Amino acid sequence: MLAPLHSVNTSQPPVTHFPPEHCCLSIDHLSLAYAGKEALRDLTLSIPRHRVTAFIGPSGCGKSTLLRAINRLHDLNEAVSHSGQIVLEGQDIHGPQVNVTELRRRVGMVFQTPNPFPMSIYENVAFGLRLQQRLPKRKRDDIIEWALTSAALWDEVKDRLHRSAWQLSGGQQQRLVIARTLAVKPDVLLLDEPASALDPISTLKIEELIRNLKSELTLVLVTHNMQQAARVSDYTAFLHQGELIEYGPTDQLFTNPRLQRTENYITGRVT
Amino acid sequence: MDITSDTHSQHISRQFNQELEELKTHLMAMGGLVEKQVQDAVFALLEGDTRLAEQVRDNDRQVNALQLQIDDECTRVLARRQPAASDLRLVLAVIRATSDLERIGDEASKIARNALLLSESTSTIRGLVEVRHISEHVRKMLRDALTAFARFDTDLAMQVVREDELVDDEYSSAMRSLMTFMMEDSRSITSVLSIMWVLRALERVGDHADNLAEYVVYLVKGLDIRHSDPDNLDPQGLKKP
Repeated sequence: MLAPLHSVNTSQPPVTHFPPEHCCLSIDHLSLAYAGKEALRDLTLSIPRHRVTAFIGPSGCGKSTLLRAINRLHDLNEAVSHSGQIVLEGQDIHGPQVNVTELRRRVGMVFQTPNPFPMSIYENVAFGLRLQQRLPKRKRDDIIEWALTSAALWDEVKDRLHRSAWQLSGGQQQRLVIARTLAVKPDVLLLDEPASALDPISTLKIEELIRNLKSELTLVLVTHNMQQAARVSDYTAFLHQGELIEYGPTDQLFTNPRLQRTENYITGRVT
Repeated sequence: MDITSDTHSQHISRQFNQELEELKTHLMAMGGLVEKQVQDAVFALLEGDTRLAEQVRDNDRQVNALQLQIDDECTRVLARRQPAASDLRLVLAVIRATSDLERIGDEASKIARNALLLSESTSTIRGLVEVRHISEHVRKMLRDALTAFARFDTDLAMQVVREDELVDDEYSSAMRSLMTFMMEDSRSITSVLSIMWVLRALERVGDHADNLAEYVVYLVKGLDIRHSDPDNLDPQGLKKP
């Protein structure tokens, strides 16, 4: 576990900072509004490299909005305005030199409902690769095998790579989507409720996958399932009404949170 | 973040409030029974009341049954509710506390058994003054530890933790006196050995009361102070909420 430096002033939202050599993403005074309506208010936090960070909070607290901001999905919505910075590996993601397509390659995203493309399993994983560069078939096959293996799906699909991806179960489809994202070698994987539409066994497989992927990349997870955040994440941020309430090591947040509001939320108390 | 004694009654699920409330109530009932067991065992010894000593010995079954019942309730809460934060700490503290209370019950039985042995002794029994003195001290510790648990009072809990060192000193000093009695009069060895077992049992009761007090600090503050020197703890962090 990395050693975070906690701020001691309890009247301010506690912030966990990581030294630059461990910091992957740094969010600095980020505010965001949908058509003038504030959705995120002055968020500051940093996300450590090769760790799983979970965002938890009630519906509408801004956790998905924050996740989407990290790979600039809000660019597609003209009504969204923002201020503040998101810095990925030392570079402001809104900087003039930033190519959004390249940013989205580096910051992959997986959504709640699995969304395989209407093509074969093989073509699904090859899709991003083909857009990115022309590769000899042999090399492409290797990457596809590596991506499917990393997504813990290879053994289940290796004999039917050219069948439609829609024949897979929901859990397999979600792992296929993760494989498709991994194939382009991202630095960060954003997961927005990746297991909420899956049965408990498929959920556990996704959680196991998340843990195993830590060595490859940095993961950020949004979940409504607090036990899931407690099981898989190293750090947890609790958001409420667009503000960061508490952020810290998951072990601490789930055994002895610093603030009453966090305690009330994670233990199911009336706020 | 510190919690108070009504923290566990504010869940959205009223059933969950009730389950946690029952854990506390049953733990207090077990604490009350164990406290009475120690009191009766010592009284039986000092007054030579064999009927009371037998009753203490028999009542130990009730203490054991309560431990099983409360542990079972804790298991159910863990399995069904997956408690977090202060709820988790409450369940863990209760599980640990029942184990210590059960051991205190065992010590009370030991005292009662020695009371029965000593009742057969024809000679004067030495060391009863020490038993009376130490028993009063550890019974107060136990009572305070249980009160601290009921009120989530870490100040009182820390007082119990500090008291334990005094009991340990008193125990060592009493042991030295008893050794002298044995050396002076070899006919007293059997009865003095019994008294030594009783003192040892009382000293252990003090240790268990100390453990209970440490669980109160864990429950309220989230701080695990086991195996730490009470004098080295930050008094600020342990201030009463």
